[in-house]
Amino acid sequence: MNRIIKKEFFSDKVAKIVVEAPDIAKSRKAGHFVIIRVDEKGERIPLTIAGADIQKGTIDLVVQEVGVSSSKLLNLNEGDYILDVVGPLGKATHIDKVGTVLAAGGGVGIAPLLPIVEAFKAAGNRVLTVLAARNKDLIILEDEMRMHSDELIVMTDDGSYGRKGLVTQGMEEFINKEKIDVAVAIGPAIMMKFAALTTKKYNIHTLASLNTIMVDGTGMCGACRVTVGGETKFVCVDGPEFDADKIDFDEMLYRLGAYKSQEAEAYQKHLDSIN
Amino acid sequence: MDNIVDYLKEQRNQEWRDEIRKNIKVKDRTQKIRVLMNEEEPNIRNKNNNEVNTGLTEEQALLEAQRCIDCPTPTCITGCPVGINIPKFIKKIEIGDFLGAASVLKETNTLPAVCGRVCPQEKQCEAQCFYTLKLKKPPVAIGHLERFAADYEQNSGKMSIPEVATQNNIKVAAIGAGPASLAWAADMARFGYDVTVFEALHEIGGVLKYGIPEFRLPNSVVDIEIESMKKMGVKFITNFIVGKTASFDDLRERGFEAFFVGSGAGLPRFMNIPGENYIGIFSSNEYLTRVNLMNAANDEYDTPVISGKNVAVIGGGNTAMDSVRTAKRLGADKAMIIYRRSITEMPARIEEVKHAQEEGIEFLNLNNPLEYYADENGRVNRMKVQKMELGDPDESGRRSPVPIVGSEYYIDVDTVIVSVGVSPNPLIPSSLKDLDVTRWGTIVVNTETMQSSIPDIFAGGDIVRGGATVILAMGDGRKAASGMHKYIKSKKEI
Repeated sequence: MNRIIKKEFFSDKVAKIVVEAPDIAKSRKAGHFVIIRVDEKGERIPLTIAGADIQKGTIDLVVQEVGVSSSKLLNLNEGDYILDVVGPLGKATHIDKVGTVLAAGGGVGIAPLLPIVEAFKAAGNRVLTVLAARNKDLIILEDEMRMHSDELIVMTDDGSYGRKGLVTQGMEEFINKEKIDVAVAIGPAIMMKFAALTTKKYNIHTLASLNTIMVDGTGMCGACRVTVGGETKFVCVDGPEFDADKIDFDEMLYRLGAYKSQEAEAYQKHLDSIN
Repeated sequence: MDNIVDYLKEQRNQEWRDEIRKNIKVKDRTQKIRVLMNEEEPNIRNKNNNEVNTGLTEEQALLEAQRCIDCPTPTCITGCPVGINIPKFIKKIEIGDFLGAASVLKETNTLPAVCGRVCPQEKQCEAQCFYTLKLKKPPVAIGHLERFAADYEQNSGKMSIPEVATQNNIKVAAIGAGPASLAWAADMARFGYDVTVFEALHEIGGVLKYGIPEFRLPNSVVDIEIESMKKMGVKFITNFIVGKTASFDDLRERGFEAFFVGSGAGLPRFMNIPGENYIGIFSSNEYLTRVNLMNAANDEYDTPVISGKNVAVIGGGNTAMDSVRTAKRLGADKAMIIYRRSITEMPARIEEVKHAQEEGIEFLNLNNPLEYYADENGRVNRMKVQKMELGDPDESGRRSPVPIVGSEYYIDVDTVIVSVGVSPNPLIPSSLKDLDVTRWGTIVVNTETMQSSIPDIFAGGDIVRGGATVILAMGDGRKAASGMHKYIKSKKEI
């Protein structure tokens, strides 16, 4: 049982929740995730850790409502408990002084990108960041990102904030301006796919952090498998970060849709029951 | 070994045992026919989740107990990985002292109600029974009797809690809450230790909960056993991954003096054939976890599961049988086993194969998958299979499957469950740099003490064996407990 200390909405459907988890707060590193189960009937879902406070013994999770589990989670209030939180899981991001890092975050993918940007900056790198989303409401954690970035560009699909255009346009702007040593892209699978295609053109080594369907999160079930460089890998124990150039994003995209119709139906039922 | 033999002799010579032996002549005992387990009707049970074996009645148990001739040197015990005093518990049943029988079981077996259900007795105690060895008759139904006594106790509401020694305040921990750790924990609690079991999942029981289906081992049966362990003072901490949530060093700082790793064989194997990552193709671990641990087949629970009309399960082990029978229960019209050898080589228990056949499972033996195909959404819809024939025996001693060239054909499928074995879970080995592991990733231990290359770390079960049975894991747990007890005692005396 883990208590929710704070809940802060970034927009209608996106919120940050601060959860008591002292052991995880202490042992987590950039790139790690947790698995949570909201209640007795809930499913186990992976959420990347967006930050932690060792003194307070808390971790930050950023959640977008997309279905039953995320809706249940966002319906919990400060002082309520999440039934199960386990982690930190996955391999931590390999942080080194590499020179200049290009960080691209799309939508709620900005949240897991934050600790990585923070760590690269702290390791003495120059960090160039692109934040992208459909519209202004979905751009999150801009101030925190700015704090740890040397330069930052905001892109929105509809032009409601920052510049109008796709994440890849922002990335290319930086790439054309200076030499990039490593790129990191986190966001929806389709965004990462195109981010990887963009950096590939310029031969920039790029990491993508994947958020797939999982059950146990410890290597036991294989629900999270992806093909990387022609080999099957488990995101939970081999990842979540992989060489973006080698990821079969098309396979990942259809695997993410494995339960699409069941999920949509369950979500509608859930919404009807709470409204 | 001598003292155990003497102990068994002394027990056998007790007056009540003498008397009961004299009640019926050996010749009359051996004339009796072995009891048949009561079962649910195949065509009813394959549509529900009720336990298939319904247990023996008191009358059946009494009659079966009379078949045991209470041998002067009982060979059955040598077949039991946890060394249950088999004749003694059976004679307790014969005199009608069912609770007494259960407490005999619990002297050496933490989970008798579990073992009575899932142990391969036909390969262990019953294979060493006098009837099997000398009379060439069906052995005493030791497994059924074990289950009878354990169930009787569970249903009586008078669970005996094994005696524990005075608390010595020495903290020890197990990693993983499956059968190996549970057996270890019960023994350590008996010795007087302050025992904590850490579990990564949200439930206690490991494979007994996420793996073995309700129709073979109801969760309630496991929970009752766990409750009695809690009463012995064993503490359980769920959602805690040693090596991740906290390191071994963190736990040493928190006062833990020794560890038992029973983290299991948690990494499913796939065949690495084309199309294996299409939607609708699962590992048996995933499929069974969704259904058993997460209740995916129940609409009230949020976890979904795909379980189609044409289901192919790849493999011939107990897990494959569990998966295919689960698929049938979830409404498959065709639930098939696809196995590359013949039924003779199948590793699954005979009872499980028989139950599957009765329930309408189709067996495509001597068939091997080559490739999967999918629709435009990446959902599997067809597979290519090749026929096989048996060649010479391989290193496993079984005749090896040889492909028949040109025999490839196609089967329509909408769900495929790959059940071709598991590898050891890498989480623990990867968090301990100095730990000796084999090239398969299993932990190297001294087979007498179960101690690893790191002196305060012991290990057992599938993380050492790579994929075995519940009872072998429990046997390891017991050995590790006695090894660890000696290790801590010697350390303290220094």
